[in-house]
Amino acid sequence: MRKPLSIIAGAVALGLVLAGCSSTPSSDPDNADQVEVFTWWASGSEKVGLDALVTVFAEQNPDIEFINASVAGGAGSNAKAALASRLESNDPPDTFQAHAGAELTDYINAGQLQDLSSFYQENGLTDVFPESLIERITVDGAIYSVPSNIHRANVVWANTQVLEDAGIDPKAAPADIDAWLVDLKKLKDAGVETPLALGTEWTQMQLFENVLIADLGAEGYSGLWTGDTAWDDAGVETAIGHYGDLLEYTNSDFAGLDWDAATQIVLDGNAAYNVMGDWAESAFQQAGWTYDNEYTTWATPGTDGVFDFLADSFTLSVGAPHEAAAIDWLTTISSAEGQKAFNLAKGSIPARTDTVAADYPAYQQTAIKSFGEDTVVSSLAHGAAASIAWSGDISSAIGKFGADRDAASLLSGLVAASDKAQG
Amino acid sequence: MKKGYKNWGPPLLLISPTIIVLGIFVYGLIGANISVSLSNRNSLVPATEFVGLDNYIALFGEERFIHSLQNLGIFTLFFIGGTMIFGFLWAWMLDKGVTAEGVFRSVFLFPMAISFVASGVVWRWLLNSAEGDRASGLNRVFENLGLDFLQNSWWNDPTWGMAAIALPAIWQLAGYVMALFLSGFRGIPEELREAARMDGATEWKLYRYVIFPQLSPVALSALIIVGHMSLKVFDLIMAITKSIYQTEVPATYLWVALTSNDYAKSATIATILLLFVAVVIVPYLIYTARAEKRQG
Repeated sequence: MRKPLSIIAGAVALGLVLAGCSSTPSSDPDNADQVEVFTWWASGSEKVGLDALVTVFAEQNPDIEFINASVAGGAGSNAKAALASRLESNDPPDTFQAHAGAELTDYINAGQLQDLSSFYQENGLTDVFPESLIERITVDGAIYSVPSNIHRANVVWANTQVLEDAGIDPKAAPADIDAWLVDLKKLKDAGVETPLALGTEWTQMQLFENVLIADLGAEGYSGLWTGDTAWDDAGVETAIGHYGDLLEYTNSDFAGLDWDAATQIVLDGNAAYNVMGDWAESAFQQAGWTYDNEYTTWATPGTDGVFDFLADSFTLSVGAPHEAAAIDWLTTISSAEGQKAFNLAKGSIPARTDTVAADYPAYQQTAIKSFGEDTVVSSLAHGAAASIAWSGDISSAIGKFGADRDAASLLSGLVAASDKAQG
Repeated sequence: MKKGYKNWGPPLLLISPTIIVLGIFVYGLIGANISVSLSNRNSLVPATEFVGLDNYIALFGEERFIHSLQNLGIFTLFFIGGTMIFGFLWAWMLDKGVTAEGVFRSVFLFPMAISFVASGVVWRWLLNSAEGDRASGLNRVFENLGLDFLQNSWWNDPTWGMAAIALPAIWQLAGYVMALFLSGFRGIPEELREAARMDGATEWKLYRYVIFPQLSPVALSALIIVGHMSLKVFDLIMAITKSIYQTEVPATYLWVALTSNDYAKSATIATILLLFVAVVIVPYLIYTARAEKRQG
C-alpha cells in the first residue's frame, strides 16, 4: 500500500519539479557546492526579501550555487502540497520554509526534520534570540528551525482622525478589553457605524487569540497549547463573552473580506480600529500615511507587555543532499547581516535582540523595542501555537460563532478541538 | 478458434489503450483513494494500520461535516430548482415563437461559456453583504433604485446563505437546461399537437398529456447533469468566499483536510462524494441502457 502511493507521489513531484524548475538549474546530489532552498516567496516584498538574502548569502559563500525552488500561489498552500509530495518520495529540498512553532509538528512527527540544537549552540543563537522565543520553538528539548523574520499579531491599527472626532485620545491605549468596549460604544454613539474592522475567518481567529491573551495573560494563554490551562477555564468563557461583544461593533460583511479589505475600512475612515499583524504597515505606507500622525498603533488592549509572535523559518531536511551548504544557508539567515537585509526588504523585524533599531522605519522600531522586552507568546492564527489540524478545528468553531453567535457551542467546539489534538 | 480471435482481437487492440489508461488513472486511483480512506494516514506519517470504517464513522459524528452536508443540500435544492424552472420557462417562451429567437438563445446560453472561477470572482463582488454606506454590488443597485428593503446579507445568512451561492450557478446553467428543453420541444412532431387539438384538448391538457410526457427524458437528463455538478461544487465557492465554515461543502472540506495533511480524512470525504454522485448517476445509466435495449 505504501509503495504505489509513493510512486504516485513521486510522479506528481516530478511533474511539479519539471514545471517549477524549467529555467533554474536543477539540484545535483553529487555537487556539494549547491543548496536548494524551498519557499513560497515568489512575488512582492517577499521575493524582494529573498533576493536580498541571496545576495548576502552569495557574498558570504561565493562558491555555493543557490537553487531557488520557490512555488507560487495560494499563500503557501500550493508550496506545501508540492513539498509534501517531495518529502513523501524521499526527494527533500535541502532546506524549506515553514512557519516557526507548532506548524512544524507534522514534519517532526514524520521524522522529516533534523534537530538544530547544536547549530544554535555553535552559532550562539541561544544568546541573541529572546529566551521566551527559544522556549516557544523548542519541542521536547530540540529546535527544528531557524526563524528568519518576526511578525507581531497583537497590534491595533487606529485611525487618529476618527478617534479625535469622537473625542478619544488616539495615543492612550485602553487598559483592557472592557475599557476598549467603552471606547467602541463612544465611537458608535458618535456615528461611526462599524468602529472595529474585521475580515475573514483567520482574521477573526487572530482577534479571538488577542482577546484570549488579554483575558488569560501570557502564561495562561501559552498554557492552552501545553495543556496547563484547561479550555473550559473561566477565563476562556470571559474571552468568548468579550469576543462576542467586540463582534457587535464590527462590519457585518466581515466573513467575505480579506485582511487588506478590512484594513481599507480603517483607511477610508469608516472604522477606527483594526486588529492585524504588522504586515498591515505596508497598507498605511502605500496610502502615504505617517506613523503617529494619520494612524497609530498600540498592543491590543490587555496585551501590553506581550509580543504575540509568528515567524517564517527554515529547516534542515532529513536526507538533505547538500547538508553542509544548507547549514551555510541557515548561518546566513541567522546572521545579523542576513536578518537585516531580509527584514528591511520585507518590512518585518529580525529575531535577534542585537538589532540596531535606528536602521528601521518608525513602526518597526516600536516592534523591535517590544520584542526585546516583552514576553513572547505564539500566534494561533499563523501556525505558531497549534498544529495545522488543531488550528483548523478552532478556525471552523470561530467561523461558526461568527455566523450564529452561540457562545456555548463555541466553548464546546474549542474543548472538543483541544481534546482531539492533545489526546 | 482462429476465426474467433480474428473477430474480437482487432477491436480489443483498438480500445486497449483506453482501457489501460482508464484502468490506471480512474479506477486504479479510485482504489488507491479508498484504501487510504481505510487507513490511519491522518498526518504526514505513513499509514501503519488498516482501521476499517473508523474514518467514516468519525466523519459522520462530526458536527462540521453534517453542516457541510446541509449546506450542500440547500445549494443542490436551489441550484436544481432554479435551473429547471428558468430553463423550462425560457424554452417554453422561445418555443411559443419570438422574433430574433437566435439572439435570445445566445444570450441565455452565453454564461455557460464562462468558468465558475471567473464568474465567482464577479459574483463575489455582486453578492457583497455590506449594506448602507459601504454597500456594493447588488445591494448598491437596490439602494440606488430606492429598493432598500431588498438589501440583504446574501451568503452571510447563517441558514439560507447557500441559496445565494446558488444564484451564480443558476445564472450559468439555466441557459444550458433551456437548450436541452428547447431541443425537447422541437423534437415533438407538430402532428401530435394538431391531433390533440382535433380531439378537443385544451391547451393545458395538451401540455399535461402530450408535451410533458415527451419531455420527461430530457428533464431527467437535465436533472442528472445539473445534479452531479451540484454535488461536486468547489470552484464557485472557493472563488466567492474561499474555504470558510459558513459556506463549507464536502468538496471544500476535503481541500481543507488535504492541505492540513489529513490524507485519510480527505480520502474519506472523496469516497463519500463519489458514492453520492454514483447514487445519482447509476440509476440514470441503467435507465438509458434499458431504453437503448428496447430500441435496439
